[in-house]
Amino acid sequence: MTDSRERRLELKGLHSWYGESHVLHGTTLHVNRGEVVTILGRNGAGKTTTMRTIMGIVRKRKGEARLDGHDLIATPPHKVARLGLGYVPEERGIFSSLNVAENLTLPPVVKSGGMGLDEIYELFPNLEGRDKTVGTRLSGGEQQMLAMARILRTGADFILLDEPTEGLAPVIVDEIAKALVKLKALGLTIILVEQNLKFATASADRHYVMDQGQVVDEFTNERLVSDMARINAHLGV
Amino acid sequence: MPDIFGMPVAVLLGQVLLGLINGSFYALLSLGLAIIFGMLNVINFAHGAFYMFGAFVTWMVMSWLGLSYWPALVVVPIVVGAFGAAIERLFLKRLYQVDHLYSLLFTFGLALVMEGLFRHVFGSAGKPYPVPQELTGVLKLGFMFLPVYRGWVIIAALLVCVATWLVIEKTRLGAYLRAATENPSLVQAFGINVPLMLTITYGFCVGLAGFAGVLAAPIYQVSPGMGSNLIIIVFAVVVIGGMGSIGGAILTGLSLGVIEGLTKTFYPSASSIVIFIVMVIVLMLRPAGLFGREA
Ligand SMILES: Nc1ncnc2c1ncn2[C@@H]1O[C@H](COP(=O)(O)OP(=O)(O)OP(=O)(O)O)[C@@H](O)[C@H]1O
Ligand SMILES: [Mg+2]
Repeated sequence: MTDSRERRLELKGLHSWYGESHVLHGTTLHVNRGEVVTILGRNGAGKTTTMRTIMGIVRKRKGEARLDGHDLIATPPHKVARLGLGYVPEERGIFSSLNVAENLTLPPVVKSGGMGLDEIYELFPNLEGRDKTVGTRLSGGEQQMLAMARILRTGADFILLDEPTEGLAPVIVDEIAKALVKLKALGLTIILVEQNLKFATASADRHYVMDQGQVVDEFTNERLVSDMARINAHLGV
Repeated sequence: MPDIFGMPVAVLLGQVLLGLINGSFYALLSLGLAIIFGMLNVINFAHGAFYMFGAFVTWMVMSWLGLSYWPALVVVPIVVGAFGAAIERLFLKRLYQVDHLYSLLFTFGLALVMEGLFRHVFGSAGKPYPVPQELTGVLKLGFMFLPVYRGWVIIAALLVCVATWLVIEKTRLGAYLRAATENPSLVQAFGINVPLMLTITYGFCVGLAGFAGVLAAPIYQVSPGMGSNLIIIVFAVVVIGGMGSIGGAILTGLSLGVIEGLTKTFYPSASSIVIFIVMVIVLMLRPAGLFGREA
C-alpha cells in the first residue's frame, strides 16, 4: 500500500552511540512522502536517539540513513537542515536568552514554501503579540507551539516531532492535534514520537514500535486501532 | 569647589576619569574573555598575551613598515584576530571534547610561549611609542587637565564595547551567538555552522584584545610583560562581573577602574589590591558574580 509512494527517509541497520554506550542496535524503518509515521515504545527505547541520530546531533553512528537519496551519515550536522529536515526536540529547546520573536526567526529558512508569520499566528494564535516575551517565560504549551512554529517558518518539509504533548493540559493537546492535522493536509512528512495513543492515532498513517534500540513491530493505523491489545503488550501498559 | 571626605571634588573627578582609562582596558579585555567563556567554554589565559601582541604589532608596523597609529588601529586588530582564529582552528578546536582544564592549560602555555618569545627577541625593556600627532596636548576640563589621548582611549573603548554589546543583544548574528551559547548542538541542527561561529567569535575577541593593545601602545611601554600584569586584574574583573554576562563585563570593568582610581586618592597603599578585595567580598555574597546567572 503506502510502499508504492515515494520513499523519503530510509534507515537500514542504524547503530549509534553516546560515548561508549551503544543505544541504537540496527534500527530499520522508512517514511514515504506525505506520511505521518509514529515511533512508539517504552521509556529509554531509543526513540529520541533515533531522531538525534537522523539529525546528526549524535555523531557516533554506523549503518545507512538516507533522506531523498542523500546520505545523512556523510552530511555534516549543520547541513542536515538544508535537506529539509526540521527538528522539534522533546525538551523543546526554547532559548532563554532570546525573546519569542528571536526564537521564532532563529532557524534559517532552508526551502521556499515555509509559513509566513500570519499563517503561523493562524495556526498558533497564542504566539501572536508575544514578540518581546523571554522565550522560556511562555507556558509549556506555548513553548511547544513556538518550537513547532519556528520549524514551520523555515520551509522544512520533513518534520521530526518528539513528544509534542508531553506534560500538557488536554485543551492544549487538542490544539496541537489540530495543528498536526493541518500540517499533514499541507503535505508535510512527519515522524512523531508520542506516548498519548489517542493523539498518535488521530493523524498517523503507520506506527513503528521500538524496544532496546531496534524496531520490533509495525502497524498500519487501522490495525493499531483495532488491535490495541498488541500495542499495549509492547508498551507494557 | 566643595570637598567630599576632605577631598576637593576636582581631585575626585580627576581620579574618576583616570580610573575610567584603566577601566576602559579592563572592559575591552573582560568583554572578550566573557564572550569566549560563554561561547567556547574556554578560560582564555592567553588574552593578556594577545593584548601584548597587539601593542607589539603596533610598534613593529610603525618601526618596520612606517605604518602610523591610525592605520594600525584598523590593521592590528585584524592581524591579531586572524592569529587568534588560526590558534582556534589549529589547537583549541581539538580540546572542546575534553575537560575545560586542557584548554585552560593550553592558553596558559601559549601565553608563556608568546611572552617568552617576545622577551627573547625584543628584551624585557619597554619600547616607546609616540602619541599620534592629532591627539597630543591636553584638554582643560575645569577640574583637571586631561591629556587628549587619554580622553580618546575612553571614548574609543566605550564605542567598541557598546557596539559589541549591541551586535550581541540586538542583531540576528547576536541571536545565533546567544543561542549557540545555550545549546550549540540544537543551533547546529537548525543549519547554522557552529564550528565556524566559534572560530569567528574567538578571532573577534582576540582582535578586541589586539585593539586594546593598540590603544595602550602610546600610554604604557610596549613590553613583553604588559599582558601578564594586566590579565590577572582582568580575570578578577570577570569573576566579579560574573562569567556569563556581556553587559556585566563592560560595566564591571569600567566601575572597577573607577574604584581603583578613587582608592588611589583616599588610601593609595590599597589601590593595587582593592580589586581583589572587591572580588573576595563578591565571591562571599554572590558566588556567580554581580551579573552572573545563579545556577
Ligand atoms: N546523552 C546521553 N548519554 C548517554 N546515554 C543516553 C543519553 N541520552 C539517552 N541515553 C540512553 O539511551 C537510551 C535511549 O534513550 P532515548 O532518550 O532515545 O529514549 P526514548 O525512547 O526517547 O525515551 P523517552 O520515552 O523516555 O523519551 C536510554 O537508555 C538512555 O538512558
Ligand atoms: Mg525521548
